[in-house]
Amino acid sequence: MADLVWLIPAFPLAGFLTILLFGRRLGDPKAGYVATAAVFASFVVAASIYFDLLGRPEEERATVVTLFSWVPVGTLQIDLAFLADPLSILMVLFVTFVGGMIHLFAVGYMHGDPKFSKFFLYLNLFVFSMTLLVLGENLLVTFLGWEGVGTCSYFLIAFWHTRESAATAGKKAFVTNRVGDFGVMLAMFLSFQAVGSMSYSVLNESAESGSLAASTATGITLLLLLGAAGKSAQIPLYLWLPDAMEGPTPVSALIHAATMVTGGVFLLTRINPVITVSYDWVPTTIAWVGAITALFAATIALAQNDIKKVLAYSTVSQIGYMVLAVGTGAYVAAIFHMVTHAAFKALLFLGAGSVIHGMHEEQDMRKMGALRAFMPITAATFIVGWLAIAGVPPFSGFFSKDEILLYALADSVPLYVVGIVTAILTAVYMTRQVIMVFFGEARWTSLANAEEAPEVAEGEPPVETHDAHGEFKPHESPPIMLIPLVVLAALAAIGGIINLPGLFGIPSGGTYRLEEWLHPVIEFGEAKISDTWAYDNKYLLVAIAVACSLGGIALAYAIYLKKRLPPWEPTLFAKGWYYDQAVSWFMGNPGRDGFEAVAEFDSKVVDGTVNGVAVAVKETATHASKRQTGYVRQYAGIIGIGVVLLLGWFVVIRGIL
Amino acid sequence: MIAAIEPSWYLLLAALLFGIGAFGLLVRRNPLVMFMCIELMLNAANLTFVALATQLGDINGQTAVFFVMVVAAAEVVVGLGIIVSILRRRPGATADDLAELKG
Repeated sequence: MADLVWLIPAFPLAGFLTILLFGRRLGDPKAGYVATAAVFASFVVAASIYFDLLGRPEEERATVVTLFSWVPVGTLQIDLAFLADPLSILMVLFVTFVGGMIHLFAVGYMHGDPKFSKFFLYLNLFVFSMTLLVLGENLLVTFLGWEGVGTCSYFLIAFWHTRESAATAGKKAFVTNRVGDFGVMLAMFLSFQAVGSMSYSVLNESAESGSLAASTATGITLLLLLGAAGKSAQIPLYLWLPDAMEGPTPVSALIHAATMVTGGVFLLTRINPVITVSYDWVPTTIAWVGAITALFAATIALAQNDIKKVLAYSTVSQIGYMVLAVGTGAYVAAIFHMVTHAAFKALLFLGAGSVIHGMHEEQDMRKMGALRAFMPITAATFIVGWLAIAGVPPFSGFFSKDEILLYALADSVPLYVVGIVTAILTAVYMTRQVIMVFFGEARWTSLANAEEAPEVAEGEPPVETHDAHGEFKPHESPPIMLIPLVVLAALAAIGGIINLPGLFGIPSGGTYRLEEWLHPVIEFGEAKISDTWAYDNKYLLVAIAVACSLGGIALAYAIYLKKRLPPWEPTLFAKGWYYDQAVSWFMGNPGRDGFEAVAEFDSKVVDGTVNGVAVAVKETATHASKRQTGYVRQYAGIIGIGVVLLLGWFVVIRGIL
Repeated sequence: MIAAIEPSWYLLLAALLFGIGAFGLLVRRNPLVMFMCIELMLNAANLTFVALATQLGDINGQTAVFFVMVVAAAEVVVGLGIIVSILRRRPGATADDLAELKG
């Protein structure tokens, strides 16, 4: 069964080609159903491969399926090969399942859009690329998928490209990702130079056997960390993700929350033996990048008013947790959080999409409130997602976040403190969002009327559009959008069962299932914490984590619903610490001057040299060609003179004859 | 009695013929005449071959003449073809008129 792993990318590719050829004929909504079916077909294949691998002994759970030799150049032999092992199959399972749910949601969300079929064309291409990324057996196949998801991300962010901001956001995402991509490329070159291959198995085995030098391993890790920072939106390259919210909401859910942005964490987990044999400061660096990103993004999320911007910064923050986990050697926890995060963040984004849909494309939370009465199912599922991300037991986010914090404390106390502060902030900003959207007083009536009324008063015919003219009333979304919400809410609620901790008297057969499953992949890199203080005081840590999340919720409740405390949302946070402006200023002034200097150098020196040589040759040729008079007699005369001179030279000087 | 013909006479004659041919090629502008001059030079060379072959008793010199004649015949076919087509297109053209490809 595992030999059929190539079917997993094949189905979305087939869906992509079908929509490419017949998309317009299929139209709305059939094209959407075709795309959804393709993704679910991949999920079915992935699930059967999962059960196949499950039935094997642990050490035989990795199968390499080679389709063909892709780049045979001397000693560089790269196959288009897929690796079906516990990590890749787990990734594919949640990518295709969550992706399928989001496809289904999008059928409802994108209904009526003039580019309906094109949207699903890109979505299927995205899922295809994402499966390539996670299934690739070597860095180059992964890189192919890596670039593919980046390209699709660009297409989809700029999907409504007639809107200036969407087009700009698409470009920003693409360019920012290029910075990371160059890191991945250099890492590939370095890998080839060091071990003569780009295959993960060769690279990881050379790290495990100790033949990979620590300096080379450090280089590869840091370059891949740069790539991961670009793709997974970490400091310093996180800038593009909040702007990427210009895309349609299902895109934000699929690409910018659940799947693509986890690519960097996946890649780092994939090469965990290389990270392990790097210098000691390398994992620490990774952990701090993650921790600082988590805290930084959480503070920004605290002061955002756009419903999707809050979730975007929250995503950056949660991925920061995953990177923190990778840095502390908690690969299982990183992947665990990735899976639970995929469920609850996709749920939250789709919930936000449902709200935006119901509010007639309104995204400002200040114009919402009290929506739970109008959209009960959306509200209920959103609340499940909120409890999951805030880390309230027994929802899934609690288990995965707790695991990360445990490993963080085992590594160093400052990392743990940053993690805990971030957890409190997470609870606060998510509670704030839930209250602003679903509770409190309804702010949309007055605002909608105040803004929309003058348009009606100007004597325009009262058009019966879907817009907020006069009698504005939010509505619940259609069932096709609610089904994914309910399914994802169920997953977000119970997702923790895949890796329950050995606490609270949970029978040992049901605990650490994910850890056992991933064991062959992360065996070498996983940190051993069984003799640390943190490990011995797990119950205390759980108590602290629960207290923090409940405390955060209570704090936000007091501020935003009861209004006992004034909200603290400094402009510094709302503006994202002015990081975006700082980068813009830097690139706009000294950066621009630098680039202009380079351009100057290029046009003057480099082009000057090239053009100078060309001009010199041309001038010489012009003069030389003047000798070509076109008179046969002249040529004949010159030949004759030449013959005479040659003969003279032979006879007189060389003395022949 | 007429003196025996010295081998050097043949060579002198050949040199004379070659000189006439070369001179004609340089000073005449009519393509057809220039062509005949070339033939004259070729035959001067042939004469040298034959004279020296006889004098030295080496058959190879005479063999070379056949090669020259074959090549000359082939050259005449191509050369005359070109000249005829040029003159048909531009009657009365001289070699100096055909200087379009000059630098």
